[in-house]
Amino acid sequence: MSKKLTYQIVVLFLLAILLSILINNLSINLSRSGLQLSFSWLLRPASFALAENPLPYSPSDTYAWALFMGWLNSLKVILSSLILATFIGVFIGIVRTVGNSVLGFLAAIYITLIRQTPLLLQLMFWYFVAFLGLKDSIFMPIKGMISISNKGIEFLGLSLSSEFSALLFGLSVFTGAYIAEVVRGGILSVSRGQWEAFRSLGFSEINGLFKIIIPQALPAIIPGLTSQYLNLAKNSTLAIAVGYSDIYAINDTVINQTGRTIESFIILLSSFFLLNLLISNLMEVINKITLNSKKI
Amino acid sequence: MEHIVSAKNLSKSYTKGLYALDNISLQVDEGKVLVVMGPSGSGKSTLIRTFNGLEAFDAGELNILGIRIDASHDERRIRQIRKRVGMVFQQFNLFPHLSILENIVLAPVQVQKRLQTEAEEHAMYLLAQMGIATHANKYPSQLSGGEQQRVAIARALALKPELLLFDEPTSALDPERVNEVLDVMRNLAKQGMTMIVVTHEVGFAKEVGDQVLFLDSGKVIETSTPNVFFSNARHERSRKFLNQIENK
Repeated sequence: MSKKLTYQIVVLFLLAILLSILINNLSINLSRSGLQLSFSWLLRPASFALAENPLPYSPSDTYAWALFMGWLNSLKVILSSLILATFIGVFIGIVRTVGNSVLGFLAAIYITLIRQTPLLLQLMFWYFVAFLGLKDSIFMPIKGMISISNKGIEFLGLSLSSEFSALLFGLSVFTGAYIAEVVRGGILSVSRGQWEAFRSLGFSEINGLFKIIIPQALPAIIPGLTSQYLNLAKNSTLAIAVGYSDIYAINDTVINQTGRTIESFIILLSSFFLLNLLISNLMEVINKITLNSKKI
Repeated sequence: MEHIVSAKNLSKSYTKGLYALDNISLQVDEGKVLVVMGPSGSGKSTLIRTFNGLEAFDAGELNILGIRIDASHDERRIRQIRKRVGMVFQQFNLFPHLSILENIVLAPVQVQKRLQTEAEEHAMYLLAQMGIATHANKYPSQLSGGEQQRVAIARALALKPELLLFDEPTSALDPERVNEVLDVMRNLAKQGMTMIVVTHEVGFAKEVGDQVLFLDSGKVIETSTPNVFFSNARHERSRKFLNQIENK
């Protein structure tokens, strides 16, 4: 038997021991508190109200349904923040790399400010200062189209709660700063010669950037972008700080009412695991497509 | 008749008192080939790159194809120039994410708004002239250096330029690949293309050049016909340089 194989078997053996200790611990603790791992409580009525529910929900619905609402709320804020953060990040990243000196400087200030302060603090700012700080007197940039007040945002009939809006802006502005740096790094990874080549062919800076530079920067951008997307999804659990009923916040209420901590956390962990697995696999597919279309 | 290129007192310095270009004046007429020579760091590349605005200058003025630019580096005028002037680089600078055909067609379609089919036909004609038509659907990394440089020349020609700039087009090639690129350039000169060529290729300069401009430390040391320059250079500095490249 080779040395390498022996080493691997030893590592596997140690891991198995560790895992059995953990499982043993869990079952001892469960039986000590007279609990058995069970999920039947999920079908009992939740009997608590939700601030936001994308599908019809009443307190007489089951815990499972309440948790599902939380999951949908999470998905809603994650997906919309993901899109907004991407736009912010790409825009700021480009401005920081190729913009004029004033815009570039402003972009640098934004990135520095956002990256040096905790996300929790920023979310508090967006909720308590930016949204709840507004009066009832509605701020209406374009009459009838969009209105922003302490009740949230109304945009063409679409109404967003102030909790959702604060979380959306907080997550997007925060993640956008990191995405901007990922985009900047990608753009800088393309050689100067490519810029000179498109310029000498008469392309405008913007046209050259999107036709020549960005396609070549994508393989360097996408892995970093994936990490930022995954971070965003996980950071969305800070929703609890601004009172948005995401999966984590609802899970918290469920634990308080049922005492089913372990089951709830298993549900919470697996739902995030599945969500992030989805995001990273999707990004992997996109990465493969961009790599295949590029024969370097 | 108006000159294709006319530079008057061009100067540029990166650090105070150290000139990359020092009061350079020159003219190139239609159908002529100007060869620019000089030791490394003499400002050859800087000079040729001012002609299509890749490099700004601090003083003096340039007139390219009747378009005047000065130290203000007017972006609009520079783009007008770039649409009519082709450039070939030492490192080829082909777009690696595009096929050979796409590399050539992109600018005619995007910048000159020509029809895709017409641009493709023209591209195939140019590739055939370069002897690399069979590579049209390959990607740059699948080609040898000499082939890539010929694609780069075809890409520059696709815009039907009135002036071609070559910045050391053979310096990054294997020695046995140099001639396939020089042959293409000889043909272009024969067809009457106006060219400015930065190169160390003495044979090419003698055969194709109408004028040789010798630069050192950003200054024009002399401008002579190749005959005079290579057999009877007027300046001590030029003779020293020629001795060195001959002994190489």
